[in-house]
Amino acid sequence: MIPELGHLALILAFLLAIVQGTLPIAGAARRIPSWMALARPVAQGQFLFIAIAWGCLAYSFLSSDFSVLNVATNSNSQLPIQYRFAATWGSHEGSMMLWVLMLSSWTLAVSIKSRHLPDEMAARVIGVMGLVSVGFLLFMLTTSNPFERLFPVPADGRDLNPLLQDPGMVIHPPMLYMGYVGFSVAFAFAIGALLGGRLDATWARWSRPWTTLAWSFLTIGIMLGSWWAYYTLGWGGWWFWDPVENASFMPWLVGTALLHSLAVTEKRGTFRNWTVLLAICAFSLSLIGTFLVRSGVLTSVHAFATDPRRGVFILAFLVIVIGGSLTLYAIRAPKVGVGARFDLVSREMALLANNVLLIAAAGSVLLGTLYPLFIDALNLGKLSVGPPYFDSVFVPLMTPLFFLMGVGPLARWKQASIPDLAQRLRWAAVVSVVTAVLLPFATGEWKLGVAFGLLLAFWIVAATFTGVRERLRSAGGGLPAQLRRQPRSYWGMVLAHLGIAVCVVGITMVKGYETERDVKMNVGDTVNVARYVFRFDGVVPQRGPNYQATRGTIVVSRNGTYVETLYPEKRLYNAGGNPMTNAAIDSGPFGDIYVSMGEPVDGGGWIIRVYSKPFITWVWFGFIMMAIGGFLALSDRRYRIQTQRDAVLPRGAAAKGAQ
Amino acid sequence: MNRRMLIPLAIFVALAGFLFAGLWRDPREVPSPLIGKPAPAFKLTQLHAPQQMLGTSDMKGKVWLMNVWASWCVSCREEHPLLVALAKENIVPIVGLNYKDEPAAGMRWLTDNGDPYTTSVMDRDGRVGIDFGVYGVPETFLIDKAGTIRYKQIGPITEDALRKKILPLINELQKS
Amino acid sequence: MGRASTFLPALFLLCALSGQHAGAADATPTEMDPVKAARAVKLADKLRCLVCQNQTIADSNAELANDLRGQIREQIAAGRTDDEILTYMVDRYGDFVLYQPPFKTTTVLLWAGPALLLVGGLFILLRNLRRQPAAESTLTDEERERAKRLLDGDDRKDDK
Repeated sequence: MIPELGHLALILAFLLAIVQGTLPIAGAARRIPSWMALARPVAQGQFLFIAIAWGCLAYSFLSSDFSVLNVATNSNSQLPIQYRFAATWGSHEGSMMLWVLMLSSWTLAVSIKSRHLPDEMAARVIGVMGLVSVGFLLFMLTTSNPFERLFPVPADGRDLNPLLQDPGMVIHPPMLYMGYVGFSVAFAFAIGALLGGRLDATWARWSRPWTTLAWSFLTIGIMLGSWWAYYTLGWGGWWFWDPVENASFMPWLVGTALLHSLAVTEKRGTFRNWTVLLAICAFSLSLIGTFLVRSGVLTSVHAFATDPRRGVFILAFLVIVIGGSLTLYAIRAPKVGVGARFDLVSREMALLANNVLLIAAAGSVLLGTLYPLFIDALNLGKLSVGPPYFDSVFVPLMTPLFFLMGVGPLARWKQASIPDLAQRLRWAAVVSVVTAVLLPFATGEWKLGVAFGLLLAFWIVAATFTGVRERLRSAGGGLPAQLRRQPRSYWGMVLAHLGIAVCVVGITMVKGYETERDVKMNVGDTVNVARYVFRFDGVVPQRGPNYQATRGTIVVSRNGTYVETLYPEKRLYNAGGNPMTNAAIDSGPFGDIYVSMGEPVDGGGWIIRVYSKPFITWVWFGFIMMAIGGFLALSDRRYRIQTQRDAVLPRGAAAKGAQ
Repeated sequence: MNRRMLIPLAIFVALAGFLFAGLWRDPREVPSPLIGKPAPAFKLTQLHAPQQMLGTSDMKGKVWLMNVWASWCVSCREEHPLLVALAKENIVPIVGLNYKDEPAAGMRWLTDNGDPYTTSVMDRDGRVGIDFGVYGVPETFLIDKAGTIRYKQIGPITEDALRKKILPLINELQKS
Repeated sequence: MGRASTFLPALFLLCALSGQHAGAADATPTEMDPVKAARAVKLADKLRCLVCQNQTIADSNAELANDLRGQIREQIAAGRTDDEILTYMVDRYGDFVLYQPPFKTTTVLLWAGPALLLVGGLFILLRNLRRQPAAESTLTDEERERAKRLLDGDDRKDDK
């Protein structure tokens, strides 16, 4: 009963989405208020039905209803309850359900928080999101119905892939999809602006908070994915430039460019066409990512089971949405130039350069990800493109970007001078060079690569502090007053930029100083890694709720003193067949010790892998800082009082930049 | 309309074209660089007659198939009936390369599932497999009279591949 | 993708979880000369595991990866150079086995691409900059002063 209810709800949502996607937009074009007025209630209705549908699916999983094919394929009666819940989105169909749930949630949010928008704009934005929803719901209903039944009903399910039976599964996909899908709002605003022919600073101001919110969630989602892979896969890797990872990273890069571009368009009214194009690109990359993951076009450990039929559908959808929006862009993007002028040396220029670098980076990632496909399609052979390529291409692009991060916030709008900037930043430059050169000596092994990475990171920190100090000084009053005077969006930027510095430190130190030993150990054997001594003390069998495990005991000591005992595991899940590695990790602010078990060898020994990963937690902490920065910027006063002001002031006056 | 504004669209259309082409290809398949090159020479113990050996030199002058199989290989079961049927037609000798297997398990598997091989040889440590660029089981190689590899089937042989590619090629090679 | 549907998912599962143990799998024995061991790891890091196609032979737990690691160690012990060992692998498995795509005519666009994107972007940027309208709007001195004050005030407090 419940699955049928869910299916019905999905169909109703689909019908509502059709209404939502057509009438309001037509109403805006023809100035029919009653049609435009439909947008909000219909969107809210769609959300309601999708929520019901999703709820029915979740209920089927929680109650282990194996008559539902999706549940039977991805769940098991012995699966702990939180993973039964997470299994709701553990399959292609389920993840599509999550996609449309996120989309309708964002639409709901827009419908509630759009009172200050002119009616035509609100109608268009909600309408465009409705059209996207139509596509996804149609896809689900025709090719990926999560409510399909299975007869005869099996006694038990096939179990969720053991790799996914982890808290990461509960939180990573929802966060990721919140971000991914959230770019649809910026996209809808861009399309709405193009449709309405009104592309100005006001449009940028409306788009910005939505974009920042989506970006912050995506930042968290990516961070969680990396961290989860690290502790779950058993070999200490945290970023593989895997096509699916790239599929989420590209929208993030473009989204970052978009954030900066929106800032300029809002403040100065410039870069309008460029910003609109970026908004279209960011969401397009989200859609392309969705395609890549499900179509079987690329190999990836993350990819869902493939089916060319689904691939064709999504591709057709892509062509319609992206092709359509880019055509609209070509036709409607105003012929006005970049707007108010600015000099070669100016903050505008720094931000534009930031954009060029980020887009070049995103483009390179796309190139590398799709290159094997290009070569194969042209019958030129088979290639593989992996981390060596991406690392060697990404780092040179990020280097000038990090340099600019220090300079940009200090540069004046419109017209800045290099001698002036150099003078203000000379202290920062000296400090960063000196610390970057000296610090690696402290580890006992000086490396040029490490010094270079640290230089970039410290430069960002020093330059940011210089900027902060300048601003506080010019504000006048005592320190508390100075601090309070700065808007939260400023602190958000500071925090986000510092977050990047922290991340760079983490990456530099890990890549520079990580060590690994992969050894055959018998009971009593020891191995030395990074000043620690690891002694293997044998294995014992363990039993979990839905698995059997072999648990190893590794005793860690340093300079003869006992430090701790680690218990890595090798698990065999009851329903599945393949063994899974559960690493034992000791995580600290200055690094991780990571131990995992390989395979047993004849004679009672095991292959044990021991890693030292210095500063690796800084990588993820940096990302968290960025996300918090984003949320902080969102809580800025001007967004909170915006609604009030717009009620009082006429719309034109509201366009005069925030205060 | 400014022509330059169409560039993003043009880029996307090209991209979509490639993505579409990609849907009909298999990204995991790794084609063999050995096609057209001499088959790596080997001489291995026979599965059913451990005192005797069989090598590539013994097969010179004949067109033959080498099928890489193992008792632990699940997909091998899929293609096995095809091989057994093919063997009955007596078109080509089929040599089995028993890859990384236990002889007892291998022999038992053949008893259970039928033995299409004129002989099976044992590649216990997988060295010969590596020489042939084997990365998954089953794989099948078609080798001509001069000992050159002419075709490699990755994964189980399908009816389709057999009729459309392998048999015609065998025909052609046998005539020359 | 009919026939692939059983063969490849089988390979796939093998990789997505940790490899199976089929008898005596070996790792770098603790007795091996550390210089040679380091070389072995470096070489293994340059080769892609064909079973788990998104890992290197060094990282992968697949049997083939194990076998190939053994091959590498043997060849190092036999005195082969790094290039010879890599060529050995490419001869058997093709360019695909190289984790870093080689520099060939077919990969020119791949390696040059990022630089082209960057240069192209900067070029467009600078060209658009030059194209900016030179006109300044006409303001009276008083308005200009007022504007300057507002703008400077903006700069201080309202940077985001």
